[in-house]
Parts: sequence; structure tokens; C-alpha cells
Amino acid sequence: MTPLLQVKGIQKHYGARIGCTGVSFDLYPGEVMGIVGESGSGKSTLLNCLAGHLEPDAGQVVFDTRTDGPVDTVTMSEPERRMLGRTDWAFVHQHARDGLRMSVSAGGNIGERLMAVGDRHYGQIRDRAIDWLGRVEIDGARVDDRPTAFSGGMQQRLQIARNLVTGPRLVFMDEPTGGLDVSVQARLLDLLRGLVREMGLSAIIVTHDLAVVRLLADRLMVMKDGYVVEAGLTDQVLDDPQHAYTQLLVSSVLQV
Amino acid sequence: MIELKDVSKSFTLHNQGSAVIPVMEGASLKVAPGECVALTGASGAGKSTLMRVIYGNYLAASGQVLVGGLDVAQAEPREILALRRETLGYVSQFLRVVPRVPTLEVVAEPLLAIGCDRQVALDKAAALLARLNIPERLWSLSPTTFSGGEQQRVNIARGFAHDYPAMLLDEPTASLDAQNRETVLSLIEEAKARGAAIVGIFHDIGARNQVCDREINVSDFTPGVAA
Repeated sequence: MTPLLQVKGIQKHYGARIGCTGVSFDLYPGEVMGIVGESGSGKSTLLNCLAGHLEPDAGQVVFDTRTDGPVDTVTMSEPERRMLGRTDWAFVHQHARDGLRMSVSAGGNIGERLMAVGDRHYGQIRDRAIDWLGRVEIDGARVDDRPTAFSGGMQQRLQIARNLVTGPRLVFMDEPTGGLDVSVQARLLDLLRGLVREMGLSAIIVTHDLAVVRLLADRLMVMKDGYVVEAGLTDQVLDDPQHAYTQLLVSSVLQV
Repeated sequence: MIELKDVSKSFTLHNQGSAVIPVMEGASLKVAPGECVALTGASGAGKSTLMRVIYGNYLAASGQVLVGGLDVAQAEPREILALRRETLGYVSQFLRVVPRVPTLEVVAEPLLAIGCDRQVALDKAAALLARLNIPERLWSLSPTTFSGGEQQRVNIARGFAHDYPAMLLDEPTASLDAQNRETVLSLIEEAKARGAAIVGIFHDIGARNQVCDREINVSDFTPGVAA
């Protein structure tokens, strides 16, 4: 089986400081990988390098495209990368406002991505938008409301609907449950897990919440100061951490 | 089906003066298809540790852990994930689920994960839940609010949903009443009959004598004691 994503020696410096360095891994179709670490550990830098939002100083991000097979997305042309970002890739931002158009209706937010890949039939776009609102548990009657009228949790779910409507194969998520209260988090986790299962998505999830990765991620990478200090099966890393920092991280979690 | 060759395990506690605690040494065992082996030994002797080494959530320090031909001690994460999906089942003592997912889905999930038809998976889940006396009115609810015994039975139903060729059972009859205990024991008997290799921890001596073919005392693998 070909990996969906092959990351080889990704490195990003901010001047003399290390953003992230020496990151390599393979992600296979249907796998969910978590990246954890304290703030400033380089996890968001890494995610942005992988998703093409930041240009890495060195390394390759090879994606198995539908048409041409494995292609290095770092060296591909900007239009090609943008196309990938609208079709096979999706990016769920920590703050829904960064991933939504706040002045456009909920239906418009979902429909925009469909139109970007060539859908033109207004009625069909609207129907699919309402279908997706239902899937992320937003009342279809709110299709014409702007996201500004939504709660934080609803905005986050709308962002997820907007991202998944075009059937991407790889989803990048930056703290998708950050800043949400726990009951909303639980709904979102349940939703994400169901979507991953039904659509066969692969996902890379950056978070600092170990409970979230335990439930969602098959594999886990632990970052500190720009380096990956430990990687492996999620339950192995959490149950039998080998690195001093991971041990500290795991033992610092409050038991509920 | 399950074979351990000279496996050792130690924990290094970096944040507590880098203490190295050896917990297992020279562990070797072999479980054939259709056989059920009980791990025995006092609390803290390393029964659960040994089980977790087989399941792959503890890293073995040395030696081979072969399950269905795959060396869990050396395998890539995705190989272990595939092994757990297809071959190796684990009934732990605690149910860990995504909140809000209905019980029926929780139980059917291992079947859905291997691409089983949805209706077939749900039917099988329903049959198992009925057999384990979980009232049907609870099936659409999340098991997070269930009593300890009910959660344990949901966990068992989930563990037995797919016919794994190898299974690990961590006290499957704990906190169960007599009738449910009998059901679980017959599930184990059936799994053996279809050729599953089983490693179990049973504090319940009656249960152990009924389903287990032999016993392995993990104290034999405890470093220092054997020496």
C-alpha cells in the first residue's frame, strides 16, 4: 500500500530559532495521527508546513494524488497546491473565524467549496449544504444565517462541514476542540470519529489534549522544542512513555 | 498463535531520579489455537504487564512477541493496528468510549472496522447484548452512564463481536453476577471451540478451572525472585 502522505526531513527555522526540525513520517489511508506537545513546541509550525501554509526550509511532503500518484507538494506550483487545498485536503483551524467567511451565510460557506471545484447548480449546492448542516447537527433552518449568529461550537461544526463537503482524503486539524466546553467537545469528537470512519479519511490532529488523542488518534507524535521526541501507537506512547518529556506530560494530566 | 520468546520489560522513570525498574525477565510462553492459558501470580507480579506487552501498548525491552506471525515488539504502528483489527482482541477491565456513542454502535464498532456490512454488524451486536442481559431500552444510550457491571458486559460484548483468532481477557468475569458469569464463560468456551488462542487473567478460581487448559505463573518471570 502506498502511504497517502510521506513526510521527509521537514525543517523550518524562524531566524536562528528552530520552528521544527528533522520531522519524518508516513501516513497511510484511514490513519489518524495526533501531534501533541506544549505550546511553542513546534506542532502548529509543522502542521502549517505540511498543509502548505508555510514553506519549509528543507524537506519533502509527498502526497499520493488521485491523478499523478505521489507528488512533492512543497515544490509543486502554487495553483496546483491551491487546488489540492480545495479538493483532497482540508484544514480545520483552531478558531472557526479563521476558516469561515463570517459575512457569508452558513449555506454559502459550505457551497463556496463546492463551487470552487466546479459545482454550478444552485439547488443542488443548497441541498448538499443543508444535508451537511444536518450531519454536523446544525438545524437546516439556519442555512441562511451568518456564522456571526452562531455559537462557538456551532461555528466550529460549520467549519468542519465546509471542509468535508468536497470529500477530502486528508484533513489537517489545529486544536479542533480547543476553547469549546466539554459537552460540545464530546459532540465534536463523536462527529469527527464517525466521519473518519464513514469517509475513510486520514487526519493529522494537533492538540494538547491527551484525552482527545486517545479517543481519536491511532498514532501519536510528541514534540518538544521543535523536535519529535517520541512517536508510536497512541496507547503505547500514553501507557508506556519512553521519553522523559512524554512521561512528564502523561503524569501531569489531572484525573477526572 | 501467541508466542513469547525470552521477553523482558523494564520501566525507566526519568522524572523520578531515572529509576530503572525491571519488571519482567525471560518470559516465554506459547499458546496454541483453541487453547486458553491463565496467567497467575500475586497482585503486582506482572500479569497485566505481560498482557499489555502482548497487545503492544507496552514496549518489550528485548525478546520476541509473536502474534499470528507478527513480532509485536518490532512491528510498525500500522501493522499493530491491523493486527488488532483483524487478529488480536483485548477485553480490558475498563470501557473507554467516545462520549455519546450508542451502546449498540460501541459493540458493533470492531465489526464495522473490518468492513462488515452495517446491518450484519448491528444484528450481531444486538444478539450479544441480549445474551449478556443488557436491556434493549439501553442500547441506544451511551454506556458512559451505565453501572460498573453493565459497562463490563458492554465491554465483553464488544470484545467478542469479532471472531478474533487470538484474545486477551483481563478479568472478564469480575463484577458479574452468577448468570452473566456463566454467559461469559460460555462465550469463552465457544471462542476456544472455533480455534481462538486465549490468554486470560482470572481471579475467579472456579472460572479459571472451568475454561483454562493450563496456568502460567508470571512470578517465574519476575527478576530477582527467580535468581
